Amino acid sequence: MKPSKNVVSFWSLALIASAIKEAFIKLNPFSLWKNPVIFVTEIGAFITTIEMIRSSESFSFTLQISLWLWFTVLFANFAEAIAESRGKAQAESLKKTRTVTMAKKLLQGKEVIVNASELKKGDLVVCVAGDTIPSDGEVVEGAATVDESAITGESAPVIRESGGDRSAVTGGTRVISDRIVIKITAESGNTFLDRMIEMVEGAKRQKTPNEIALTILLASLTFIFLLVVLTLVPFLKYSQAPVSIPILTSLTICLIPTTIGGLLSAIGIAGIDRLVQFNVIATSGRAVEASGDIDVLLLDKTGTITLGNRMATEFIAAPGIDHYRLVDAAQLASLADETPEGRSIVILAKEKYGLRGREVLDTRAKFIPFSAKTRMSGVDFFSADGSCCERRIRKGAMDAIEAYLKEMGASIPQSVKEIVEKVAKNGGTPLVVVEGKEVLGVIELKDIVKGGIRERFARLRKMGIRTIMITGDNPLTAAAIAAEAGVDDFMAQVTPEQKLNRIRQEQALGHLVAMAGDGTNDAPALAQADVGVAMNTGTQAAREAGNMVDLDSNPTKLIEIVEIGKQLLVTRGALTTFSIANDVAKYFAIIPAMLMSTFPEISPLNIMQLRTPESAILSAVIFNALIIILLIPIALKGVKLKTISAENLLIKNILIYGLGGVIAPFAGIKLIDQLLFFLHLV
Amino acid sequence: MRASDWIELALFISILAVLNKPLGIHIYRVLDTEGKTIFDAIFKPLENLTYKICSIDKSKEQNWIEYAIGLLLFNFVGMLLTYFVLRMQHVLPLNPEHIGPMAPHIAFNTAISFGTNTNWQSYIPEKEVSYFSQMVGLAFHNFTSAATGIALAAAFVRGIVRTEVKTIGNCWVDLTRITYYLLLPLSLVGALLLMSQGVPQNFHAYIRYLPLDSKAHEGACIIPQGPIASQEAIKLLGTNGGGFFNANSAHPYENPTPLSNFMEMLLIFLIPSALTYYFGLSCKKLRHGWSIWLTMVLLFLVLSLSCYWLEHAGNPFFKPYGIEQLTNMEGKETRFGIFESTLFAAVTTAASCGAVNSMHDSFLPLSGMIPLFNMSLGEIIFGGVGSGLYGMLLFVILSVFLFGLMIGRTPGYLGKRIGAYEIKMAVLALMIQYILILGMSSMAIYSSWGRAALGNNGPHGLTEILYAFTSTSQNNGSAFGGLSATSIPYAICLALAMYFGRFFVIIPVLAIAGSLVCQKRYISQMVFPTSGALFVFILGATIFLLGALSFFPVLTLGPILEHLMMARGKMF
Repeated sequence: MKPSKNVVSFWSLALIASAIKEAFIKLNPFSLWKNPVIFVTEIGAFITTIEMIRSSESFSFTLQISLWLWFTVLFANFAEAIAESRGKAQAESLKKTRTVTMAKKLLQGKEVIVNASELKKGDLVVCVAGDTIPSDGEVVEGAATVDESAITGESAPVIRESGGDRSAVTGGTRVISDRIVIKITAESGNTFLDRMIEMVEGAKRQKTPNEIALTILLASLTFIFLLVVLTLVPFLKYSQAPVSIPILTSLTICLIPTTIGGLLSAIGIAGIDRLVQFNVIATSGRAVEASGDIDVLLLDKTGTITLGNRMATEFIAAPGIDHYRLVDAAQLASLADETPEGRSIVILAKEKYGLRGREVLDTRAKFIPFSAKTRMSGVDFFSADGSCCERRIRKGAMDAIEAYLKEMGASIPQSVKEIVEKVAKNGGTPLVVVEGKEVLGVIELKDIVKGGIRERFARLRKMGIRTIMITGDNPLTAAAIAAEAGVDDFMAQVTPEQKLNRIRQEQALGHLVAMAGDGTNDAPALAQADVGVAMNTGTQAAREAGNMVDLDSNPTKLIEIVEIGKQLLVTRGALTTFSIANDVAKYFAIIPAMLMSTFPEISPLNIMQLRTPESAILSAVIFNALIIILLIPIALKGVKLKTISAENLLIKNILIYGLGGVIAPFAGIKLIDQLLFFLHLV
Repeated sequence: MRASDWIELALFISILAVLNKPLGIHIYRVLDTEGKTIFDAIFKPLENLTYKICSIDKSKEQNWIEYAIGLLLFNFVGMLLTYFVLRMQHVLPLNPEHIGPMAPHIAFNTAISFGTNTNWQSYIPEKEVSYFSQMVGLAFHNFTSAATGIALAAAFVRGIVRTEVKTIGNCWVDLTRITYYLLLPLSLVGALLLMSQGVPQNFHAYIRYLPLDSKAHEGACIIPQGPIASQEAIKLLGTNGGGFFNANSAHPYENPTPLSNFMEMLLIFLIPSALTYYFGLSCKKLRHGWSIWLTMVLLFLVLSLSCYWLEHAGNPFFKPYGIEQLTNMEGKETRFGIFESTLFAAVTTAASCGAVNSMHDSFLPLSGMIPLFNMSLGEIIFGGVGSGLYGMLLFVILSVFLFGLMIGRTPGYLGKRIGAYEIKMAVLALMIQYILILGMSSMAIYSSWGRAALGNNGPHGLTEILYAFTSTSQNNGSAFGGLSATSIPYAICLALAMYFGRFFVIIPVLAIAGSLVCQKRYISQMVFPTSGALFVFILGATIFLLGALSFFPVLTLGPILEHLMMARGKMF
């Protein structure tokens, strides 16, 4: 995974400064209550501050406690603010493109200048070179090159034309050449650009289902620990062990899951942000989360699994024919063939057999281009006297060549037919080469499977995700490519309806399906899939049906999207585990400290051998605050996700975040205790 | 530990393991309305007759709300009935000792106590309860409360196993079939086995005699009699725990021999253990069922063995006096000794039984903490019949959610999604228990009536109150001792703890079942492991961590502090 161009760094000074400011603004309890854990922390900080002012006892200690409790809240706010800041910066640059645009609206054939914000769905507008497209729409007339760098960050212009699968245009992009007529499909405020801004800015961020469930769990844990501390008061009174309010507050704040509570929303925002870095815009956080659950991927063959075009991979001479003669003839027949297949034949001949592309474009050669009627291409060489023909080379599919030979009273020998069949069985496309009546051999054209794709599918399989290849090829070819690419299943000669049905079938079996698509006929399937990634180059219908849009129009990205979704969930789980595991050490710091003065017998419980009760409690509170800051990078970047099996992933995370979460605070608290002592703070 | 102790422990666990499959299969058939069992010949006519009399349509299933209302009503009516039986026992038959009516607040407490499968006894049975009350008022509940627990577990399991339906079974059919095909036959066998060891079964009046050294005594001695064996079997089998005598299973009539002691421990764990097999069978993942069983066994072994070793170490207080190698035998029967006493204590508190064969109050502080900790974990190490399984499954759901995120998927359990609703209900069930234990015991210790009942002061007194409310809220029913909990406020507060601890918890439990049953099942290869060492570790760690984190502070003020002070020579 490599992030795309328009990345804003997290750790620029400007962003940090604005995040610090934001952290203070977020102290407002009316907005903070949405995060129950941090809200309780703020109340705790407030109570200790009051206590510090009210009571004259141990002022320095109470002052430090309340300061660190306020820091805890601020650190949590800062985490959220810094996660939001990058999105906000990106949204700012997007908003600039949304500045007032004027549109040439077509009214009864006449162009009327109106403000873009007044456009309604269904209006027709005209755009010529230099115009900014006023709103999302569909090209209904003409074709133009459009600069979409404002949203994709890609400077190379793209072609948009009426009809077909490249008809969608996005508001805010600029026409560079030609004239197009656009039918408006989105009203102002609801355009793609608007949604994109909302998404990166996190303005309309709604909690996702998992996040809600986790928030409930965290709020319940907070409630339970509040209960534990509050009910402890009568027990302490019975035991005649007076414990001050700041100490009880410290105990509460250390026990409630402040670490994950403070980082939870940052994790969510950063997850969406990571998608944006990959130039994928999700319509909701829900979709990002769902992508982690995907276990079936429907992938189009062309462009995703294979490189766009077939390539020549082998020349197979007919029995009794010199190999060199076949290669030579094949290259001659393809020299003027500008199709990718044709070029690949020339290149193969050159690279594998050392035949250089010759300048044979003398007047004696006449190239026969491929036509739908003959379904062949080739070359004729005139004799020196100008009569036809010294050599006459043709290449084409077997049935076409067979018909061609039949006219001349010849036929393809059985041996060549066998070669043809063998090539087809291996997933290749055979082209038969003939010179005159003589069959020279077969060129094997093959789909080239993208480098490394097999390994990626293997990785996906380890993650429990099945890949299904979709292709219009015949089953034989499809099977061969499927085997080569290492997909789990394939569908050959697929119609859009079949795609839709397959998705429904998989879902009925209890699977969650993701697919990528661009055409209008993909729209129903995109809508049905649990995660539908529409290509930005696709039609408006497709873009609206899916729940994500890939600005780079690269279907392979589905794999990254799934990984980002998973990473989001893993990060949440890991930090929750860490947060709860921390409590063990905090208990061993605070409980003996608060009872020490009444019951000196309790000292064996002070297993960390912290210096004084005050220092022990303060160290726990400081650790609790600092750990939030220390974990911000993990929250923003996400836990590293080595794609291994569920069980291994779980063991690894339990060891790092569970066991680590138990051990780390013992070391951390002890260290802070030493520091406090050396700095004479307690 | 002596070799014979190890052998006994190994035998105990192996017999449970061996009985799991046959009994689990039997329970599976009992809980299937159309299931065929080996007792059909005897009980089928009775079952059909019951349906006819009560006009139950056995083919009609209920959704979770109907199911909950059915169970709540049934138990409420039952408790009302018991209350009146206890209040009117003087006019009812089978009362050879002419025992008078029970005091209202004690009758209230007792009715709820038996109706909630707790069997906390704020009364002295041989003095205050007639044979009729024992057999009709109390034993009735020993059966129905056990059946209620198993029915709930079955409903919960159906919620997990079924897909895209609304109903989770018919509570009337479940109660009927569980009672006829499971509890009655097993109790009968249990009673006969206990009688073979000398447990009496009669309706005689109490025996009065003049002991040989009668000069030392004023008047005659009394040996109570009664239908003990029949009560005893269901007391253990249904994890009820309410003794026929005050001394409970320490009484030689209830538990005469080491062999009967062994049988009693087996009877306590028998059904809760087999229910894990039933669950594995129902969800077609036997390994999952066994893994849950193994988690229970491991937690049990850790806790019971530590209890033994702590108790065996004896009281360090005596060391300075040159008394070495003195185990702590206070409050124990010599025919059982340290091992069988501590093992029984661990069994009865791990399962929500509450029968005792030694006085937990007399254990050393830390070994006495273990029964308390067992209960506060939620009565899920085997636990009560049925309640142990559904309580454990709540923890499974919590741990699947907590750890499940770490495999990068929306947490799912056996293909069902664990979403906000399920989490809300699972933690609600947990919170109710914590509020009752911590809230009510802190209230009691705060109030003068609460402290007035204490038998000891200092940390030990704190433990007495905490134990009482833990035992009642978790429907265990064992008493720590020391606390005289017969006052009106205690009787009422403990009764409320029992009632809420049982019937408030079943609402969120059934709500989860009702939500899961509607879901379709997601199938993925990347699933959370539901069996094997990793699962056992995760489940055990979740249970232990949640329990420890919630109760560490108060346990520190109680048994832990008492232990540390004892080490410095201070005792309470």
